[in-house]
Amino acid sequence: MPKRQPESNQEPVVQRIRLRYAKRGPLRFTSHRDFARAFERALLRANVPIAYSQGFTPHPKVSYASAAPTGVASEAEYLEIGLRAVVDPAQLRVALDAALSPGLDVIEAVESPLTGGGSLADRIDASTWRIELPGVAARDAAVAVRAFLDAPEVLVERLTKQGRRTFDTRVAVVKLACSDLELLSDSAPGDVPSEVTDIPCAILDLVVRQVTPTVRPDDVLSGLRVIADLEPPVPPRATRLAQGVLTEQGDLVDPLAQFGDADRPAAVAGTSSL
Amino acid sequence: MSVTSVFAQLERLLPRISKPIQYVGGELGAVVKDWDAVTVRWALSYPDAYEVGLPNQGVQILYEVLNEQSDVLAERTYAVWPDLEQLMRAEGVPQFTVDAHRPVAAFDLFGVSFATELGYTNLLTMLDLAGIPLDARERDERHPIVVAGGHAAFNPEPIADFIDAAVLGDGEEAVLEITAIVRKWKSEGEPGGRDELLLRLARTESVYVPRFYDVDYLPDGRIQRIVPNRADVPFRVHKRTTMDLDAWPYPKRPLVPLAETVHERYAVEIFRGCTRGCRFCQAGMITRPVRERSITTVGQMVKEGLEFSGFHEVGLLSLSSADHSEIGDMCSGLAQQYEGTNVSLSLPSTRVDAFNVTLAQELSRNGRRTGLTFAPEGGSERIRQVINKMVTEEDLIRTVVTAYTNGWRQVKLYFMCGLPTETDDDVLQIAKLAHEVIRAGREATGSRDIRCTVSIGGFVPKPHTPFQWASMTEPEVIDRRLKALKDAINSDRSLGKAIGYRYHDGEPSQVEGLLSRGDRRVGAVIRRVWENGGRFDGWSEHFSFQRWTDAAAEVLPEFGVDLAWFTTREREQNEVLPWDHLDSGLDKDWLWQDWQDALTGYEQDDCRWTPCFDCGVCPSQDTEIQIGPTGRKLLPLTPVAGLRVPHA
Repeated sequence: MPKRQPESNQEPVVQRIRLRYAKRGPLRFTSHRDFARAFERALLRANVPIAYSQGFTPHPKVSYASAAPTGVASEAEYLEIGLRAVVDPAQLRVALDAALSPGLDVIEAVESPLTGGGSLADRIDASTWRIELPGVAARDAAVAVRAFLDAPEVLVERLTKQGRRTFDTRVAVVKLACSDLELLSDSAPGDVPSEVTDIPCAILDLVVRQVTPTVRPDDVLSGLRVIADLEPPVPPRATRLAQGVLTEQGDLVDPLAQFGDADRPAAVAGTSSL
Repeated sequence: MSVTSVFAQLERLLPRISKPIQYVGGELGAVVKDWDAVTVRWALSYPDAYEVGLPNQGVQILYEVLNEQSDVLAERTYAVWPDLEQLMRAEGVPQFTVDAHRPVAAFDLFGVSFATELGYTNLLTMLDLAGIPLDARERDERHPIVVAGGHAAFNPEPIADFIDAAVLGDGEEAVLEITAIVRKWKSEGEPGGRDELLLRLARTESVYVPRFYDVDYLPDGRIQRIVPNRADVPFRVHKRTTMDLDAWPYPKRPLVPLAETVHERYAVEIFRGCTRGCRFCQAGMITRPVRERSITTVGQMVKEGLEFSGFHEVGLLSLSSADHSEIGDMCSGLAQQYEGTNVSLSLPSTRVDAFNVTLAQELSRNGRRTGLTFAPEGGSERIRQVINKMVTEEDLIRTVVTAYTNGWRQVKLYFMCGLPTETDDDVLQIAKLAHEVIRAGREATGSRDIRCTVSIGGFVPKPHTPFQWASMTEPEVIDRRLKALKDAINSDRSLGKAIGYRYHDGEPSQVEGLLSRGDRRVGAVIRRVWENGGRFDGWSEHFSFQRWTDAAAEVLPEFGVDLAWFTTREREQNEVLPWDHLDSGLDKDWLWQDWQDALTGYEQDDCRWTPCFDCGVCPSQDTEIQIGPTGRKLLPLTPVAGLRVPHA
């Protein structure tokens, strides 16, 4: 019987590049799987010399850091690709950004060492989030935040892949602060303005540590409901602003920081390509 | 009057529903135009969920053809799932387009493409959510003209109450002609209102406007006649045929969805039409004559389609792809061009022919050999003669064994149950065939690691085919035969273990049968089913046979007919059929003769290779067969190194 599958002989990886990308506006409803498919097509559209894994079903060499949940916007998603030919990272960023739908935007591209650079995941253990609560007065939100922070633990329930789970959200929250939309006008990076301007809109600033199971912005909102009956009348809108390694001062270190500039703070605002 | 987006209202609902990405648009290839900068506005729909509707070739082609016109705008809308429908009703959000989230009611035209009749209830949901009256006669100048197209439009009578017009046949030129009529009518200040516009459309003789035709019935329930109710519309409406597919190389900018859809590939039609003459096949009858796209145009479309879309898969589509006059060169040329690129090529081949294995082998140079599909359709030689599927048992065994010896482990075989004149034995022969396939395959390969899957569905007689007069088999008989076939396959344990068995119950086919060959009286059944919650009837988890039989039992007695009258009743030669005034080009006398030939097992050749047998299409439609070979070849592609960076 002849061989069932054709030989697979893929070219080796000669360059690794890490990317930061954003999920904005209506395209925040893109799930991680949706993004992964769109990204693989973008690689082909942009003629990126992507390397493939060996085997019967070669896969493009793309590895993702923890992805923001479906429906949550993000200014700071990360992935790494392996290439079979060397390209200019700046050109790569432009080419990939153009090859993706507007709203899936490639913001930064940085070369990483072929070996010994550690993994992207090693450089991320926390996230900064911004949550808009249209229809919630800042005062009410502040009361709920205080109650949340004062509680030793805040148990919530969520349906995970392993079934319904109850877990503590308080332990993962490094920072939770409340402010008013008016005070923050124009400072939101690349975000669409809230669709409602004539009603109050409280803003939560949140820093969450990576734990298992992952504590997501909607879990923290569930926590605020559990602990203080905070019930937004309109679905809240969350945006991930940054990811990185948490310092003792409570800042995040940019995962794309080069070895020389390891102290560079994680990108938060003003670097959007919009 | 400008129109605003409903996205802000919709956006609040999206976090509360499943797969919201399907409603936000933003696909590559999507076009959003300034509402006020254009004259004619189309909302186009495939009336199923986004995941099924988006890849539809017909809608994609018309979307692109229309948007290439500078004063025309086309957007897309799909059926929303019940979770969103419920919220839209509660919050007052109307049916919207996914491109710019504009309300469907604001468009000039609402074009709906029906590949299957099971989308009819979804049409009603869309109309209702759009705020468009379900009854076409209650619509006025504020409402779009609702136009049906697609294969089901060859008998639009069951939805005659709900549509304003239907177009038969190819849409590329038809939508431009309709657009021109609407443009002129608007520029003249909309004289005569909606009625005048419909009249102008009807006068083209290729747009059917049901309200201009009356149906009279005989006391026994049969149709007496269908005639125009005004002097200035044609007695018969003719189908459209796009000639010279090289002049219409669409889609050029295929839509690339973010949401997961049923087909994720660049699909190119390599030809339209088929004259194999399979008597059950409506597509093969209504799309005549065969018109090939040339090998070089196909090559160009694949290259540009892949560059534009970034798809990793190419599908070479047609009703019988191996019949293209240059299919060998096309497959080897494309396989060479994309060798080593991780692009996979596929040929949805259905004919039982060892040549198909050779082609599939060419195309799988890059990829895996997961499975091959063949469609013998009938289990016995006799029934295959009835349906004009000229395949002998030896052909089939040889073809499948060739596939196994060339490294395919899995072969899928398609059959139908309930064909005219079928007996239990015809169906049981399928088991014998499958056993023989496995036995011969094991012998030829010396391996037990080969499988075949028998996939079988119920036959539905379709309008404009030789079987349009045939009686449908009762669902109980179908189900009994399907069960007996299963037992027969498993009667030999060793062989049975290597045979997978998939089947569709007889019941949904009865509903398809009602809708396929129904007349205007069936509209009341559709409406009742919809009022009782009927949605997404093409999905087994949403379909309810009970809901359809209940509605038929409530509504049809008033007319002196019932469900069986439409399905299992055989028609006589002189009966007026509900679609007789709709001209597919096929000569009714020829169809009848072919029906009689079927009953005697007389086979009909293919007119591409034998002389014309007068089916009537070419002379009546002023068309002709367009086939190669052109003698041209696909040249190797020069690999382009370097990133594709857009120019500023």
